[in-house]
Amino acid sequence: MCGIVGLFLKTSTYHDELGRLTAVMLHEMRERGPDSAGFAVYDQGDSERTRITVLVTDDSINRRQTADDLEAELGAEVTLREIHDHAVFETTGDGRAARQWLIDNVAGLDVLSYGQQIELYKSVGDPDLVASRYDLASRRGTHAMAHTRMATESAVTTNGSHPFVTGADTCLVHNGSLSNHNQLRERLVQRGESFQTENDSEVAAGYLAWKLRTGDAIDGALTSALTDLDGFYTFAIGVKNGFAILRDPIACKPAVVAETDDWVAMSSEFRAIAQLPDVSHAEIFEPEPSRVYSWSLAS
Amino acid sequence: MTTSIDLSQVTLRELNKRLHETDEGRFVVRNPRGAHALAVGITTPVTVDVEGSVGYFCAGMNMTGTVRVDGNAGTGLAENIMSGLVRITGNATMSAGATGHGGLVVIEGNAGARCGISMKGVDIVVGGNVGHMSAFMAQAGNLVVLGDADHDLGDSIYEAEVFVRGKVASLGSDCVEKEMTPQHLDTLSRLLEAAALPAGTMSAGTMSAEPGDFRLYGSARELYNFHVDDVDAAAAAKGKP
Repeated sequence: MCGIVGLFLKTSTYHDELGRLTAVMLHEMRERGPDSAGFAVYDQGDSERTRITVLVTDDSINRRQTADDLEAELGAEVTLREIHDHAVFETTGDGRAARQWLIDNVAGLDVLSYGQQIELYKSVGDPDLVASRYDLASRRGTHAMAHTRMATESAVTTNGSHPFVTGADTCLVHNGSLSNHNQLRERLVQRGESFQTENDSEVAAGYLAWKLRTGDAIDGALTSALTDLDGFYTFAIGVKNGFAILRDPIACKPAVVAETDDWVAMSSEFRAIAQLPDVSHAEIFEPEPSRVYSWSLAS
Repeated sequence: MTTSIDLSQVTLRELNKRLHETDEGRFVVRNPRGAHALAVGITTPVTVDVEGSVGYFCAGMNMTGTVRVDGNAGTGLAENIMSGLVRITGNATMSAGATGHGGLVVIEGNAGARCGISMKGVDIVVGGNVGHMSAFMAQAGNLVVLGDADHDLGDSIYEAEVFVRGKVASLGSDCVEKEMTPQHLDTLSRLLEAAALPAGTMSAGTMSAEPGDFRLYGSARELYNFHVDDVDAAAAAKGKP
């Protein structure tokens, strides 16, 4: 199981309602994944500033102190915003270096995302509660991805929940399971990627991060993924100013896409899309196996 | 008598209960919003018209009922249909008509992967294309495709017959093209006629086709019996010389 949803706004018409619409979609996918949930929201961001969303797993961590330490490490100002057990550090410094420093030096903290546009929240528990705790409904922005999880490949923990982000603004949600993730994880670690969980989907996120970091565009990265990833998958992928979908060649994990002039929505099931504005005029289709679908905003 | 049911006001369970308790008549269902298991388990000649798209297993196990959907359908449309008619105007995703024993399923748009998987006597007519591995292990019945068929059509097929008007990306294991006999043409004509839209409908014409434009595919029956030539392969699989 697992339920995935993605909403990509092609125009600014629904920017103020991105979070609310995503929450409606997430709600419909509760039954597909009652273990845990998570969501990533992209906004237009600031090209000078990187946000790093972290999950604090050890209550004794002092987030203010961590921000100060990170500031000293980066040599750039770091601001702190706290949301329940999450925190968002914002800096003009190097986001990738900040992520790695936090992973290497602060035990009891998981880095959930970094980038100029993305913030990411996840937790175990009822998807609706997760959405309300981190205030999904009031968030505005350009695109969002969310996931409800029924765990199969690793434990029901917050850091095993989706979405996964290992590279700047590169977010992945997955329905399915990968069979070559251990081998692929080792290869990616050798190539400089770092991982924080044993989860198969994090490896897929790391694979895309590596491809994008080394020069591929999203379409090329996903075409390579068809060869390099073994297993079952329907992916929704967020990147800076863009959104993509990929299904494996067997395509046993469901997906439906609806597109209007204003938005593209993707979900495991149509009922998540059924309440979106103007859906009666949407072009609705099932994405084909082994085919890369992508949309982007003029940046 | 026509009864109108709004699924934004009435629960799906209540709707299905009423369908099971009714012997005849017509129900119009509004606001389905992709609901699963809509109109499953009908056992009477009731007619259900759904205005909008449905979720998984719509009209599953249908017996003698008529279920028409003006929209798309999720996984397992008319799964294990016994008899009656299920018809949708849009597309169906994977496993439409799976394991169906009888009746007719008409999909005016495209059907996804594994359409007619393990079908056991149902007739399925698809106005558009079918996805990969359609008619997989199909045992009896007819699958008629007015468009194209994706890879591995009819893999491990038994005695079902597959008629395709367009291109076939590839045939699955033990599926071959067969000669179209006058009996096959009769069957195909009958199915095309049954699937044709009633006169006066808006999209009339999209479902019409000439039987002569189709090609027939079925089982080569090579997988039916054990071949002595395969003894070596079987031994090798067990690690013996």
